[in-house]
Amino acid sequence: MSDEHADGNAAPEDRLPDGGETAHEPSLVDRLLAGEHRALARTISTIENRQPGYRELVSDLYDHTGTADVIGVTGSPGAGKSTLVDKLAETYRERGETVGIIAIDPSSPFTGGAVLGDRIRMASTIGDMDVFVRSMSARGTLGGLSTATTDAVTAMDAFGKDKIIIETVGAGQNEIDIVRTADTVAVLVPPGSGDSVQTLKAGILEIADVFVVNKADRDGADRTVQELMEMIELGDGPRFGASAGHHGPGATHNGDAENETQGDHEETDGAGTPASWQPPIVETIATDGDGIDALLDAFADHRQYLTESGELAARSHRRHAEEIRTLLREDVHELLETELERHGGVDGLAEAVQRGETDPYTIASDVLAPVEDCLAELDATVE
Amino acid sequence: MSTEQAGRSIRCLVAKVGLDGHDRGAHVIARAFRDAGFEVIYSGLHKAPEEIVQAAVQEDVDVLGISILSGAHNTLVPKVMDGLEEYGAAEDTLVLVGGVIPEEDREGLADEGVSAIFGPGTSIEETIEFVRENAPER
Repeated sequence: MSDEHADGNAAPEDRLPDGGETAHEPSLVDRLLAGEHRALARTISTIENRQPGYRELVSDLYDHTGTADVIGVTGSPGAGKSTLVDKLAETYRERGETVGIIAIDPSSPFTGGAVLGDRIRMASTIGDMDVFVRSMSARGTLGGLSTATTDAVTAMDAFGKDKIIIETVGAGQNEIDIVRTADTVAVLVPPGSGDSVQTLKAGILEIADVFVVNKADRDGADRTVQELMEMIELGDGPRFGASAGHHGPGATHNGDAENETQGDHEETDGAGTPASWQPPIVETIATDGDGIDALLDAFADHRQYLTESGELAARSHRRHAEEIRTLLREDVHELLETELERHGGVDGLAEAVQRGETDPYTIASDVLAPVEDCLAELDATVE
Repeated sequence: MSTEQAGRSIRCLVAKVGLDGHDRGAHVIARAFRDAGFEVIYSGLHKAPEEIVQAAVQEDVDVLGISILSGAHNTLVPKVMDGLEEYGAAEDTLVLVGGVIPEEDREGLADEGVSAIFGPGTSIEETIEFVRENAPER
């Protein structure tokens, strides 16, 4: 039992409320900052579970963040995300950088249970504790998962990880929100997904900073690259004209991405106006590690672009704004749950709708009424 | 009780250790745990004890279920337990062993810190019930 005394710092301490820790032991934050793996693991659990005190915990960690590069990797199931992430981690480690990985898998909407299998693919860095892999399930609701992910990134950042990779299946708004917490987003497009390129157009492809055509040794890889190129250039209409000189079809993004994506963007940067970012397409064969270096170079280029263009600041600004909104939304959500309880709980109300006595809209305004009254009163006093 | 708390769900690592390719049982358990509402991390086959320890520590699991059908439990389980100890994770992780464990080895494994051993013939419900009741409160 950790002592629940008046000391405000007690809350973020280990293992709430049934800890087995005593107050004079170093706090969870201190242990995390000291590099204790167990403390990082426990911090992420606390965040995931929304245990009491998790907010204080995260806000304590905030002071120690800002050093990590955050990379999001997304793509359809089976695109090879985990294998690619594994190879990325391995390469980063070879370069002497520490890595944190957050792998998100779906959870059952019925039981809430989940099988988190990404870890199986991450075998290259086994035994290396400087690669911290954490599996998370999409158990949150209403943006809860993206908050938990952001907070977990905060924890890993504070822990001192140089690179943090968020891996998630790119399906649905929830996942898109998550991956948007990253500085650089890589979207994996497996060869032969011509049709899905179409369906994805209005969604996930828009958030890509780098396209990865993984399994590039498969049939149809060239075509996929070609299709992506067309899509990028179409979507890039006005801006494309300005830089047509070195963005001629076929000149840049396809074929041996190892050299060409790189050269392309250095040129753009060299021109002194890194005005817009055109997502490069990198071909990889994750199982062999082919193209990984080129991909890391593309990430580095994007990072450089973000910094030079001021986009990095703009992105983190947006992210913070979104974080504030999400937190508030969660708080209000909780308030409303309490209100719902006062009205007899959601089950009873649903039953009433079922019997035809009322309808969801009437109930919603009834439940919300006292809250609105309070706010109106508050407005009146202010005036 | 812990499952009732908002957002809290029991996390389990289902692990195959050593040179033992029989994973049907582990799959069945992983699936059953998932359906019971647990979050299951499956290790995959042929893992070294250190890998299991790394996963258990980083994932901060409540429950570690080790499946061993090779007869090497007296070697492998202590290695896993020592590793958990090293990272301060032994105390609050519920360690279960499933598989073929001879009667005379059970006491030794219990001394190592294994909370329960589920041999052939154990019902899934029994296992799930045990996990629900004994998963460490955190």
